[in-house]
Amino acid sequence: MSAPVLELTDATLAFGDRAVWSGVDLAVQGGEFVTVLGPNGSGKTSLLRAVLGQVALTRGRIAVLGRPPHRGSRSVGYVPQQRIVDPATPVRARDLVRLGVDGDRWGPGHHDHRARVDELLRAVGATEYADVPVGMLSGGEQQRVRIAQALASDPAVLLCDEPLLSLDIRRQHEVTALIDATRRVTGTAVLFVTHEVNPVLPYTDRVLYLAPAGHASGVPDEVLTSQRLTALYGAPIDVIRAQGRVLIVGDDLHTHHIEEEDE
Amino acid sequence: MILALATDTPWWQRLVDFTNYGELLPLVRNSLIAGALLALVGGLVGVFVMQRDLAFAVHGVSELSFAGAAGALLFSIDVTLGAVLGSLVAALVIGLLGSRARDRNSIIGVLMPFGLGLGVLALALYPGRAANKFGLLTGQIVAVDDARVGAMAVITVIVVGGLLLVWRPLTFASVDPDVAAARGVPTRALSIVFMLLMGLAVAMAVQVVGALLVLSLLITPAAAATRISASPIWVPVLAVVFAEVSAVGGILLALGSSVPISPYITTISFVIYLVCRWVGRRRRQRGWVRRVEPSVVLAEAGAVAS
Repeated sequence: MSAPVLELTDATLAFGDRAVWSGVDLAVQGGEFVTVLGPNGSGKTSLLRAVLGQVALTRGRIAVLGRPPHRGSRSVGYVPQQRIVDPATPVRARDLVRLGVDGDRWGPGHHDHRARVDELLRAVGATEYADVPVGMLSGGEQQRVRIAQALASDPAVLLCDEPLLSLDIRRQHEVTALIDATRRVTGTAVLFVTHEVNPVLPYTDRVLYLAPAGHASGVPDEVLTSQRLTALYGAPIDVIRAQGRVLIVGDDLHTHHIEEEDE
Repeated sequence: MILALATDTPWWQRLVDFTNYGELLPLVRNSLIAGALLALVGGLVGVFVMQRDLAFAVHGVSELSFAGAAGALLFSIDVTLGAVLGSLVAALVIGLLGSRARDRNSIIGVLMPFGLGLGVLALALYPGRAANKFGLLTGQIVAVDDARVGAMAVITVIVVGGLLLVWRPLTFASVDPDVAAARGVPTRALSIVFMLLMGLAVAMAVQVVGALLVLSLLITPAAAATRISASPIWVPVLAVVFAEVSAVGGILLALGSSVPISPYITTISFVIYLVCRWVGRRRRQRGWVRRVEPSVVLAEAGAVAS
């Protein structure tokens, strides 16, 4: 096996006395799809922030391509959750992608990146609406553009921070399928933070489950069991498998999630 | 003099009067230069004011700038210097304390009346002519001397140069703050830098259109431009053109009249905005741009693949 593109060794993050997570060991290979699960407040977003170099670990180390993470690294791409954008915001889909190419550089910018931007938009199937203001795109279309933006720096690791939130189920599947296709084509590793297990389950190579009483990582079938999760939560949790889907019952977030899916 | 005119000429002739126009024009040469410089700065700054939702902050800073200028009159120091100092202090306070929109608005709401009150106090104590006093609130054209034009040119160079330097990361931080931060763009520092550049622009505007009407050159042109375009090149270009038409056109129209300059500038920029809004609405109703047919996209992808 080649050297991991992202490696966490005894990674521990604490705010004051409260440990968010501790002793996380994880080695992610290029092209691997790792899904990060856990209830609200379990430090999923903090994990991404640590990989981005925005928060420093309390103990242990993180390495991206063998080096400590630093702000503005072009080796790390970031796809945020979908947000409402004012339709009058003067930014077209292609402008958002262009910002991913050179938005972090000083000066007004004199290079023509049109060919590169067109290529990125084509790769995510967003050519059709390249010149539409971002605020006039649907949630799913916006997320496609976001993925193109994140790929602009040819990242070794793609961090996805709840990119499915507020999308309907069909769009959720489209966006995850696109991310899966992307990692197969580009070989970028994916660290996918979500609380919607099912859309990502078919593509997930490994799960990192962050919970109040500890964490676990491994293939989904190993980690997502009643026994493992009960131990992780320190409270009774049931993992129910039905029609190829996984329902996690017992923590508030996931029971809520089930109700949503019944609709 | 104003009163005398009021009694023997009809009101419409006091609004627009082109008699002796050729003789008057050289008198306002400095004002025209000042207006043109201000429009350039206002159009460009306005683009980011819109993107960052800072309209209220502009208004707040302009009241503090007015207080600074009024204080300068009272203490017989340079008015431009006073306006700049007032602006920068306000911009810095708002920038440092108000990183979140809700905090920012309440801080501005607190600062603004205080600044206005200070300015009114300084003007009340100022023994000079009343025309100078009102000029700071509602605008003036005759009082721009060579020294002041020079100061405004220096400010223009600083603001335009500064904006060009931070243009891309500032755009990134303004329209897409989360991803910009993830990509290492110093969003907090850029926010302060922009507040200071905006403060300088306001200090210029206070001296031409007056504190109450600064928004007409710092918001309206950019707001109009974003109605009809979403292009990162055309929005600033159009904003500057609209601001130039309003400022220079307003001064030329005001020249022969006995009315202050600002109603002309504000009216022109407002009319431009209304037209752009109407055009933009029609465009929006048609879906802004024609989306490329999916079949064309597929054919293109096929061509690329083969």
